[in-house]
Amino acid sequence: MNISGVIFEALESLNANKMRSALTIIGVVIGVGAVIAMLSLGEGVQASISGQISDIGSNLLFVFSGNEDEEVRNVTPLKEADVAALNDPFNAPSVQTAVASIGGRVEASYGGESSSVSMTGTTASYASVRDIELEEGEFLTDDHQLGVASVAVIGPDVADKLFGRRDGVVGETIRLAGQPLRVIGLTEAKGGSATGSEDNVVFVPLASARTRLVSRSIVGEVDTIYVQAVDADSVTAASQEVTELLRSRHRLQPGAADDFTIFSQDSIASMAESITNVLIIFLGGVAGISLLVGGIGIMNIMLVSVTERTREIGLRKALGARKSHILTQFLTESALLSLIGGLLGVLLGWGLSKVVSIIAIQSGTDITPVFTIGTVLLATLFSAAVGIFFGIYPANRAASLEPVEALRHE
Amino acid sequence: MNDIVIEARDLVKSYQMGEIEVHALAGVSFDIQRGELLSIMGPSGAGKSTLMNILGCLDLPTGGDYILDGEHVSDLSQDELADIRNRKVGFVFQSFNLLSRSSALANVTLPMRYAGVSNAERKERATKALQSVGLGDRIYHRPTELSGGQQQRVAIARALVNHPAILMADEPTGNLDSKSGREIMDLLLSLNRDQGVTVIVVTHDPEVSAQTDRIITLKDGVLEKAV
Ligand SMILES: Nc1ncnc2c1ncn2[C@@H]1O[C@H](COP(=O)(O)OP(=O)(O)OP(=O)(O)O)[C@@H](O)[C@H]1O
Ligand SMILES: [Mg+2]
Repeated sequence: MNISGVIFEALESLNANKMRSALTIIGVVIGVGAVIAMLSLGEGVQASISGQISDIGSNLLFVFSGNEDEEVRNVTPLKEADVAALNDPFNAPSVQTAVASIGGRVEASYGGESSSVSMTGTTASYASVRDIELEEGEFLTDDHQLGVASVAVIGPDVADKLFGRRDGVVGETIRLAGQPLRVIGLTEAKGGSATGSEDNVVFVPLASARTRLVSRSIVGEVDTIYVQAVDADSVTAASQEVTELLRSRHRLQPGAADDFTIFSQDSIASMAESITNVLIIFLGGVAGISLLVGGIGIMNIMLVSVTERTREIGLRKALGARKSHILTQFLTESALLSLIGGLLGVLLGWGLSKVVSIIAIQSGTDITPVFTIGTVLLATLFSAAVGIFFGIYPANRAASLEPVEALRHE
Repeated sequence: MNDIVIEARDLVKSYQMGEIEVHALAGVSFDIQRGELLSIMGPSGAGKSTLMNILGCLDLPTGGDYILDGEHVSDLSQDELADIRNRKVGFVFQSFNLLSRSSALANVTLPMRYAGVSNAERKERATKALQSVGLGDRIYHRPTELSGGQQQRVAIARALVNHPAILMADEPTGNLDSKSGREIMDLLLSLNRDQGVTVIVVTHDPEVSAQTDRIITLKDGVLEKAV
């Protein structure tokens, strides 16, 4: 028998029981739809998170004081002098720029409005290291540092909250922890973010922050050093140079643990990726269970169908159908049920994830579902495989019927 | 060419029913010539259907030897039996056994599909077969749109379409009124006479068997008399 004939005949017999076929298909549609929606949303979340991580800057290293993994007795804090040493190309040729920051949450106010913001005291090169673009005005300059100027660069969320607008905020004076600061720049929105604080920020000169806004007991202490490597290939070398330089500056004995911690942007990205991978596998697995239930529905219906059509099977055998003919006939029916369900399920999944993404974007989280050919192929092939797998038992039962017994069946 | 199409040698069919063994056939031997029209008679439970199923290769005997058109059937596998049924045997059942979803034409093409006949040839041969049983104007009708007699004609067309060595009819008129029954018998007679088809009919009706060349009578699984 030719393939198109077999498929046509299977469609005909599915069509003879429209309602039953439709209900069986719906089971698969929901299963595949859930798998597709979960996988594409999961990958959307992954893409959005890795996008945010790369928005932080490029080829970055983050240096903090202290060591989480090993016990260190006398921690030497990071200082501005360390930053200066890192910026010396003779000491660390793979380092493009190192920039210090100190910070914390402070209360910002203007007129009657006030809001808690994330304050960062830093220097001019921060903008290039962290990829900060300005919507209006200018970023902090070296002159601001030298003059311990009372100036601030604010993020768009801060402008929204304090002024209720983003235009013409440069030149206004806000108060940060009571200190008046003149706004000299407004940063570009970075969009919704996993960290949530990219736009709710105020940048002030490091010197001004240190003298007026935060108290640090140790002179010249900084919280974080951002190090940008000269290029992507030098990130590892830069990390080594930073380690060696800081160890020697902190006078650590060979064998002693580092009293600082370096994170690379890559390691954060891969950590986030492995977390989201677990999320995707979990979501896909849960959705897969509903596909399994759909498959059991197919098996159920096919068993009913075999019982109902026992006489037909007997007749076909009497007319010369081999075991393989009957097997093919019933397997084709179950595979078609699940394949049709799979294709409709891809559409449902696509629609579902679009809806979820629209709701997410409206509530401020940017998730764009990612559809890959791979996802669609995986779901469709998997659903056809489910149909065949759950069809094998009923089809085999049909094919093994004794012709005489089957013909006598009422 | 061998003129004997069926050789039955001491055929036994027994069923184990718990403790006791039921002998549906207890040693039956006979030959059937090519082109013969033969009827099998006997009381209910005599083993007529059991014999027909074995002769039609639907079932294997538990003992004895059966040669159909030169092939020793007892040694064959399930798939080989299926092929024999497909090529050498045409069945006509008491209850027609047509696929109700499909047209008369599709029902008649079914055996050819398992024989691997091409699409175009299937249609052509099925149409011819339906014309030869007088249903040339009903080929797209479904079984539910046909009378009992017409349905049995479709079944006869289906049985003949692969040019089998024998046509087996187990009480073909049992579900029909006497008029359509007579028409079906006339059709079988003319197929035998005009086309030389070997026909075996199981029947309870003496009027039917009277029209055949030879009558075999079964009783309790053995031949009572062969005319
Ligand atoms: N599958 C089976 N299991 C057990 N016994 C069987 C089976 N099939 C047939 N028999 C027995 O074999 C005997 C012959 O049955 P068969 O159907 O051949 O009779 P028959 O001559 O066709 O009768 P009828 O005229 O009523 O159709 C009966 O006694 C029946 O009970
Ligand atoms: Mg019978």
